[in-house]
Amino acid sequence: MIHTESLTKRFKETLAVDGLSLDIHEGEVFGFLGPNGAGKTTTVRMLTSLVGPTSGSANVAGFTLGQRDTDIRRTVGVLTETPGMYDNLSAEYNLQIFANLYEVKNGPEQVEKYLKMLDLYDRRFDAAGTFSKGMKQKLAIARALLHEPKVIFLDEPTAGLDPEAAHLIRDFIAELKKEGRTIFLCTHNLDEADRLCDRIGVFKTRMLVVDTPANLRTSVFGRKVVFHLRTVDEKLVGAVRAMPFVREVKAVDNKLLITLEDPESHNPEIVRVLVGAGADVQFVGELRHSLEDVYLQLVKAA
Amino acid sequence: MKKINTILRKEWAEVFKNRMVIFVVAFLPILMTAIPLGILFSTRDTTSASSASMSGINSETTQGMCPEGLSGSDCFQVFMISEFMMMFMIIPVAIPVTIAAYSIVGEKSTRSLEPLLATPITTAELLVGKCLAAVIPGVLATYGAFGIFAFGSWILVANKMLLTALLDARWLIAIFIVGPLLAVMAVVFSLMVSSRVNDPRVAEQVSMVIILPVLVGFFGQIAGLFVLNKVVISWVALVMLLLDAVLVFLATKVFQREQILTRWK
Repeated sequence: MIHTESLTKRFKETLAVDGLSLDIHEGEVFGFLGPNGAGKTTTVRMLTSLVGPTSGSANVAGFTLGQRDTDIRRTVGVLTETPGMYDNLSAEYNLQIFANLYEVKNGPEQVEKYLKMLDLYDRRFDAAGTFSKGMKQKLAIARALLHEPKVIFLDEPTAGLDPEAAHLIRDFIAELKKEGRTIFLCTHNLDEADRLCDRIGVFKTRMLVVDTPANLRTSVFGRKVVFHLRTVDEKLVGAVRAMPFVREVKAVDNKLLITLEDPESHNPEIVRVLVGAGADVQFVGELRHSLEDVYLQLVKAA
Repeated sequence: MKKINTILRKEWAEVFKNRMVIFVVAFLPILMTAIPLGILFSTRDTTSASSASMSGINSETTQGMCPEGLSGSDCFQVFMISEFMMMFMIIPVAIPVTIAAYSIVGEKSTRSLEPLLATPITTAELLVGKCLAAVIPGVLATYGAFGIFAFGSWILVANKMLLTALLDARWLIAIFIVGPLLAVMAVVFSLMVSSRVNDPRVAEQVSMVIILPVLVGFFGQIAGLFVLNKVVISWVALVMLLLDAVLVFLATKVFQREQILTRWK
């Protein structure tokens, strides 16, 4: 649905995006992570044909960037970094303006549908300027969806929102995912990315890595299994270390932290070895590194 | 066309909630109409000789502007009112400048430009919509003010030949051709200024520089440096047309989508 090849953007001396090559499939939620100033917004602006690339090419929803820009804008929905509402105008009129600009045939019905869906219908005649940040964000999401876009770009959809509002927006994004829309999600909220995204790209001027959240964890930290024992001694550590598939063993208090390639296959054997060596195994679990750990590791390394 | 209409209505819905814009749009035409009508009223019994001596204007100047059959005092009135033609030209400059300043800078301060540019609207449609939103009220206010002035003149002036002289081709060219051309020039200039500043008042004040040529014309005429006859005003209209064409061409070159997005902030 989105294909880029060596997409590059330079602003005078500043290289904002360096040779981005990417494939995002239809119906996929793609998380685009990166520190401030990494070039995420510039990438979104290029893919929504708001700014032109310095070099490289891209195809969005079947339209070539630079050749079918109006078609791209007609097909995609964008939630910009700031809601950018007309504060003096009512919520309904704000949406009606964009329904007209997106050439939505059943404009008033679509406006009503999204106002109701995002729980703003009762405040439809109020000026957008009187809305809370969360309500403005919901209104901006409604605006991005009025024309039922196939591809949706969401730039920091939950930034600065209280937990309840952020939760509501995340639920709404999950609903969009169920509808099979392709979503390009720029976020700093790694938990949000972990929960919503099929794949994640970590970006800092250039793409550092693209994979599923689970694979990212494995590729950066490997898979670690924690064995809780009644007591841990050197004999047990030695017995585990002697096993050929064990990559690393660490003893921490009464726990053994074991790095494995394939825990599903190797855990039963480790349990047998530990029991045979006289250990009392209390319980076994996988140690999950947070996506934040993965992200920080990658960004620091870059 | 629908998109231009949407932008136009949106602009008006926004800017006409601003008191400063309402004040300029309402007050300026009233002022510019009241002054010449007041003069017409106060000079209706003045004789040509005394008027000319009072203002130091030689009778040749006034006679040159008058058609056959008008008395000296009538000619003096024609002359005096002609002096204020340039004042009417302030309306199609000042109103569009004010609207454009608040429109563009307002768009910047609410950061609503990016979502707007993300729609399938073309840059030309956006600029035309914004320009028309500023030009139309200015032009309509000019026409309205001129209509009131013409009606007031009709009531105040007993000699209908004088009325014909007052509302001759010079006035019609000025109001119906030069006025809109001035408005277009003012808006394009204001767009350029507004794209560089972040305060609507600063944008308005800087853009008002465009009013200077009109004031130069006004004072130049009063000082007797030139007389705005049919030929001069036609030349002014032609020059304005060329200037507008150049400015609009430049604007379409300067205001590319990316430029608007990255510069108008």
